[in-house]
Amino acid sequence: MSATGIGASVKRKEDIRFITGKGHYVDDINRPGQAHAYFVRSPHAHATIDKIDFTEAAKMPGVVAIFTGDDIAKDKIGGLICGWAITSKDGTPMKAGAHPALAHGKVRYVGDHVAIVIADTYAQAREAGEKIEIDYGVLPAVTDTATATQPGQAQIHDVAPDNKIYNWHLGDQAATDAAFKAAKHVTKIDLVNNRLIPNPMEPRAAVGEYDSGSDSLTLYTTSQNPHVTRVVMSAFLGIAPENKLRVIAPDVGGGFGSKIFIYAEETVCIWAARKINRPVKWTSDRTEAFLSDAHGRDHVTHAELAVDANGKITALRAHTIANLGAYMSTFSSAVPTYLYALLLSGQYNIPHIHAEVDAVYTNTAPVDAYRGAGRPEATFVVERLVEVAARELGRDPAEFRRANFITSFPHQTPVIVNYDTGNYGAALDKALALADYKGIAARKAASAAKGKLRGIGFSAYIEACGLGPSRAIGSLGAGVGGWESAEVRVNMVGTVEVLTGSHSHGQGHETTFAQLVAGRLGIPIENVNIVHGDTDKVQMGMGTYGSRSGAVGMTAISKALDKVEAKAKKIAGHLLEASEHDIEFKDGKFTVKGTDKSIDWVSLSLSAYAAHKFPTDEVEPGLKESAFWDPANFTFPAGVHICEVEIDPQTGVVTIERWTAVDDFGNLINPMIVEGQVHGGIAQGIGQALLEGAVYNKDGQLVTASFMDYTMPRADDLPSYHVDTVSTPCTSNPLGLKGCGEAGAIASPPAVINAITDAVGHENVSMPATSQVVWRAAQKAITKRAAE
Amino acid sequence: MISVSMTVNGKAVSAQVDPRTLLVQFIRENLRLTGTHVGCDTSQCGACVVHVDGRAIKSCTALAASLQGAHVTTIEGVAHDGKLHPMQQAFQDNHGLQCGFCTPGMIMTSIDMVNRLGPSLDETTIRHELEGNICRCTGYHNIVKSVKQGASEMGASHAKAAE
Repeated sequence: MSATGIGASVKRKEDIRFITGKGHYVDDINRPGQAHAYFVRSPHAHATIDKIDFTEAAKMPGVVAIFTGDDIAKDKIGGLICGWAITSKDGTPMKAGAHPALAHGKVRYVGDHVAIVIADTYAQAREAGEKIEIDYGVLPAVTDTATATQPGQAQIHDVAPDNKIYNWHLGDQAATDAAFKAAKHVTKIDLVNNRLIPNPMEPRAAVGEYDSGSDSLTLYTTSQNPHVTRVVMSAFLGIAPENKLRVIAPDVGGGFGSKIFIYAEETVCIWAARKINRPVKWTSDRTEAFLSDAHGRDHVTHAELAVDANGKITALRAHTIANLGAYMSTFSSAVPTYLYALLLSGQYNIPHIHAEVDAVYTNTAPVDAYRGAGRPEATFVVERLVEVAARELGRDPAEFRRANFITSFPHQTPVIVNYDTGNYGAALDKALALADYKGIAARKAASAAKGKLRGIGFSAYIEACGLGPSRAIGSLGAGVGGWESAEVRVNMVGTVEVLTGSHSHGQGHETTFAQLVAGRLGIPIENVNIVHGDTDKVQMGMGTYGSRSGAVGMTAISKALDKVEAKAKKIAGHLLEASEHDIEFKDGKFTVKGTDKSIDWVSLSLSAYAAHKFPTDEVEPGLKESAFWDPANFTFPAGVHICEVEIDPQTGVVTIERWTAVDDFGNLINPMIVEGQVHGGIAQGIGQALLEGAVYNKDGQLVTASFMDYTMPRADDLPSYHVDTVSTPCTSNPLGLKGCGEAGAIASPPAVINAITDAVGHENVSMPATSQVVWRAAQKAITKRAAE
Repeated sequence: MISVSMTVNGKAVSAQVDPRTLLVQFIRENLRLTGTHVGCDTSQCGACVVHVDGRAIKSCTALAASLQGAHVTTIEGVAHDGKLHPMQQAFQDNHGLQCGFCTPGMIMTSIDMVNRLGPSLDETTIRHELEGNICRCTGYHNIVKSVKQGASEMGASHAKAAE
């Protein structure tokens, strides 16, 4: 391993600009003559728009233009789309209601976009916005996930009677039910996977610009996937043809899924820029982010696990109601279906699985992928079920898991996916040792002596990453492919630009991708630049989500490097007067096998462009190659996280005493960055388990719409983490990468809840397990213990 | 409009601004120093922390007009002579940042923490002191390590300067 190649904890190249304040985030961009946008949003969860009067507002100082849904409709701008078609159990397609970029006739959640006010300054736009008079006909609101489809509820979209979007299922129901009938023991649980608000620290922002000379548009936007934004805005919304629309996603301050989607504000800004022939800038404030960024999770689930007389799991069944909010966001339909039910086998050999999912509309913000997207929800179901089953059967939870682990690979689950490789026992062994599981009884006793409750919780999670094999996902309803593209451009002096369709918004691609290239070509890492986030520069791309940038994005780069190497060998053959097949490439040098004849990388690069010494009718000049990589399978990162908590029963305060994570991500490019990804994921998962929860009241007002009301994990809420790895390299990509971005967020919520329920001795603890929730649970435990 | 004059990163600056202009708006929009970020509207997140007369403040909580004559340091002003401040270097060394958005505020808060509490800081103190700065990426583990290293190196360079 070289100091900067694959496997080295290279310090990040991109850090210098971030630690010196020289990053370029969208809100840092200002275009000549720009005007500023303010969005007038609905204060009601559900209402008809009876009249909009902006006569007074239009006269306010600095106002340039005011547009409403009528203007969008007049220009035939299409509605925002959901790009994954789900078919219901009865064969009918999902019922997607129209989602105009500015509300037309009706608003469906608090924060829904009613008008855009554009003025010379933001303050002027906002002041004018407050003068707009809108008559609303307020309708009853639907906000509760579990009861959204019950008779008598308000109807949100005409196309979706009873607010039902789809009733989808997966697996063999009859075989699963038969296995339950034959079971020795059945564990049943009811779970709520609490609704979360992603809250990347950088709020969304957009600057739309129109160039009348070329009749083309440029959108600077906070996106995880600028090419997808471009194709949706072109092909579905009709903003401009793709060749006339440039989308630039510069430095992006975190996404966690929430910046995958194509939103109303960005769409309206770029559309309006052409209307007024001036750049239009909008930056979300945090309250707007709470109201209108797509939220995550929000499942209500009943799940059951069947176990035979030998303690083997024989079947799992789950019924889930998934709240998709007021409109179907870009990927929303896939999250509670294919990103959820496909993972219900967990790390276990479960012969029969059946899942049924009802997706429902409510008068709340759209819900879509948030870190893990469906997989945390699946893991919460599986790992709570397994934990509770072990407890009910009087089995050690670690050993009950081990007894049911899948041990031979490849393994075909009953829910579509085929796990290529893994070693779940090895991760468990290592985690048990690191967590000092043997000492837990003594530590529980020591806590009890202080009047505290101590508990330990396991989570043996799995996820499917590297989305994904195009034919497979296409057959499941995906509207796009799952490939990634790369171009490796060798300059005349041997420095290299890599243009990638992946997008970095904290993951450190400028470093990890450069490690791959520097290692392969034997050149200094400083000589490699990674270019991403600009549709005019980068050929094509699907963007970054679901830990696809390593397994898919880097493999595309690797494939392009293969082509570069092959061509360079041809040129070297001519230069060294040898057959290309006799050329070896190592450490930046091309050598004729068995001789001392060689040429270095820089000279070869120069020769490739000088083109003096090889026949250009046989070998084209230049050294630049591109590749598309379409994966053959998903990747399956897995691991074991162990959480140990101490609870003060007087206050309900939960202290995480130890966190042990042993993950299998296959091969690692940069262990330092991988650890950082795990830390961040765990923090978001602990946030979900203990602190975070979006709350709508029954009128549909979001009562957790600021950092004062929605509890973001802060430094003193969290522990330090003990993070380690085992490795079974992935077999479906040549680099052996599985991906690490979501692991922590997927693993941690059940680990925390399993620890708390272990401590209090009963299962009735919901997320977020705030001090109040835990205090009540602890009192129940104490009362029960006293009675016994 | 109202006239505002202050010193920012050692340079005298002045401008005519709307009296409602917050310090962070003055820094970002008038001076185009965009390293100071805005992450919320309730003074909770700390992405906008700068130093005013040597003390860390959230620049979204102060009106520019109230800081007539003040000495302000932003993230752009902490490196000197082409050399990173030890706290900046510590954040890179320990992978104390991912997306980088909260980082300027984190660094400014951390430098202030060391200025107030000295260079030997334990984990509990660091975590408590970072309470006003939110990071969504790192889970804080590596930020805590960064602050520890930055603090001890600030201590060492002070000691060296005193010799």
